Amino acid sequence: MRIALFATCIVDAMYPATAQATVKILERLGHQVVFPSGQACCGQMHVNSGYLKEAVPVVANHVAAFDTDDYDAAVAPSGSCVASVKHQHPMVARSCGDAALEARATAVGSKTYELSELLVDVLGVTDAGAQLGSYFPHRVTYHPSCHGMRLLKLGDRQSRLLTTVQGIDLAELPEADQCCGFGGTFSMKNADVSSAMLADKTANIAVTGASLCTGGDASCLMHIGGGLSRQGSTVKTLHLAEILASTMAEPASVTGEVRVTTGKATR
Amino acid sequence: MSTFLGMPALPVYGTGNLHAAESFPKAAHRELGNAQLRANLGHATHTIRDKRLQVVSELPDWEQLRDAGSAIKESVMARLPELLEQFEANFTARGGVIHWARDADEANQVVAGLIRDTGETEVVKVKSMATQEIGLNEYLEEQGIAAYETDLAELIVQLDHDKPSHILVPAIHKNRSQVRDIFLREMEGVDPELTDEPARLAAAARAHLRRKFLTAKVAVSGANFALADSGTLAVVESEGNGRMCLTLPETLITVMGVEKLLPTWQDLEVFMQLLPRSSTGERMNPYTSLWTGVTEGDGPRNVHLVLLDNGRSAALADEMGRSALHCIRCSACMNVCPVYERTGGHAYGSTYPGPIGAILSPLMTGIQAEENSSLPYASSLCGACYDACPVKINIPDILVHLRSVDVDSKRGTKKIPTQMDVGMKAASWALSSGKRLGLLEKGLPLGRLAAGPDKKITKLPGIAAGWTQSRDIPAPPAQSFRDWWAKEKDGRK
Repeated sequence: MRIALFATCIVDAMYPATAQATVKILERLGHQVVFPSGQACCGQMHVNSGYLKEAVPVVANHVAAFDTDDYDAAVAPSGSCVASVKHQHPMVARSCGDAALEARATAVGSKTYELSELLVDVLGVTDAGAQLGSYFPHRVTYHPSCHGMRLLKLGDRQSRLLTTVQGIDLAELPEADQCCGFGGTFSMKNADVSSAMLADKTANIAVTGASLCTGGDASCLMHIGGGLSRQGSTVKTLHLAEILASTMAEPASVTGEVRVTTGKATR
Repeated sequence: MSTFLGMPALPVYGTGNLHAAESFPKAAHRELGNAQLRANLGHATHTIRDKRLQVVSELPDWEQLRDAGSAIKESVMARLPELLEQFEANFTARGGVIHWARDADEANQVVAGLIRDTGETEVVKVKSMATQEIGLNEYLEEQGIAAYETDLAELIVQLDHDKPSHILVPAIHKNRSQVRDIFLREMEGVDPELTDEPARLAAAARAHLRRKFLTAKVAVSGANFALADSGTLAVVESEGNGRMCLTLPETLITVMGVEKLLPTWQDLEVFMQLLPRSSTGERMNPYTSLWTGVTEGDGPRNVHLVLLDNGRSAALADEMGRSALHCIRCSACMNVCPVYERTGGHAYGSTYPGPIGAILSPLMTGIQAEENSSLPYASSLCGACYDACPVKINIPDILVHLRSVDVDSKRGTKKIPTQMDVGMKAASWALSSGKRLGLLEKGLPLGRLAAGPDKKITKLPGIAAGWTQSRDIPAPPAQSFRDWWAKEKDGRK
């Protein structure tokens, strides 16, 4: 397949390794990856903050970048950005009365997948260790992000992939389905409540004894990682794509001290 | 909507206890400081939501029930005037009297007038959100009429001169030793040796309430449902105190929002499954009282109903927001809301707290009313409320819609744009072109410089300062993905 990568603005600017890992995974499965260079952002920040007028050019840009027949499916390593492309883009187009844009946005949305969704539903990956060579010998806990879980209904696709990574010691996160408190501009407009939610999330992570917290959304991981860093915790965050791309020959690079375990997959 | 001369000024916005007096972030900051409150709330919401999940999972047709509930409510909203007229005709034909109230003041005046006509100065009350919304107790007190709450939790809140913090469990923010202290301080004739054992507390409340039930000649109630095809009202409750109020007094005055209507008796079946499971996590609620007008020799002889608008027509006029009126006040959304769980109900400033309150209050008062414009932002949009709602109100989408109404209502009215306005405009420019974003990303090494040797940014200015209150930002990478791709994959430098 020819797969278009939507890197998302946060991954593009802050976490290039996540996008590189996504490319590695897809190429390892024998697919061709293209990167539509006109892409920038899904506009979720504008929509969720109520700035619909300002969201229009951002949405129009995304639609223009991905509205081609040059690829079979588009993928993003982010549930919330994919949810925005699928659910918010047609709504933004409607809000400015642009029926043509709405139709194109809907078409782009129907070809766009979150990474685990593409891997499991379209590319038939059921065993990451066997099919991708994924190897990650660390104790890891997993945070399922709200938009992937509730808007995209990803179910256990992400955690199922993680359990099949060789060497991983996956520790269940208490209250995993609770929001980490990021919520885009919510973390600034309601910083106190957001911080209280984050404190509970990081406390739950600490209970697992994991040295890494993973998930499918860079923004949530930036939030959780930012909290852990401020608290002086040694626990790091790492995107799920980087764990899946990690192999014995080419292990994922994790900055700082990480506890290496030798255990096999526990679940 | 077309307008014509002489047409009433619609929509009519709600008055009373729907207004936040201070912004949500400010109120939340204060409530977050109360460790006892957070502990009580966390414990209670976890208990209720676990119970709800368990009983909901027992029903194989739960999703179809939610769809049915949503569809019935949608049809009610689509033909509300017609159903209200049908209900009025049936209610009146069976000996009841209907009073229409546009806002809180009108409703309060009607109820006080009805009580005055009986010559009584004491009334018993069965828990009612609507009377809480219009501030009836306070109004009656000014008129020299004492109103006694009979729902145990409402009684606790009333004795403590406090406000409810939850629509189903109004005293959710108090633990039992606090309740004992309130009883000892405020309850007439209470045993001074009272302990905080639940059974002892319940017995004290029972003795107190029994005296009121046996003497009161007037009761004020709310209603959960009204059935248009028969003119019947319904109250569901857990303690039986409601049934005492509904059957013993001579005069019964019910105050109900116009949105509580259901077309037929048959529709009640759906909601009698949805409501108890969603609210208390019970398969069936203990007391369901239904009454249809006046029956000679049985129950109240004077039956009144005040039909309340108070901003409901304004909510109905909002095409995106009107489904908020589907709410059956089960409180499932607040029990799963991470924001509510940490701030409690008082932070929302309205009778309706939590996710549903964050949309309902500004819809009923207008987004520009007092501090209500801050309510739609009191959510991380995690979506737990939408998943839990038994009538499928898409609360996150309505929150986003109301945020856009707020932003648009402020456009052009402010002399100086806010930092957020400026930031959003700039971001819109930068993020609507791959080229522009790429150029900006060339500045990433500057961010690395700002991060310093420990590779993190710990302080940001302006509106972003909220982030660095409790979170670091990692040093940005030396190279964006875009640049890496251009170099490695496109073979360009």
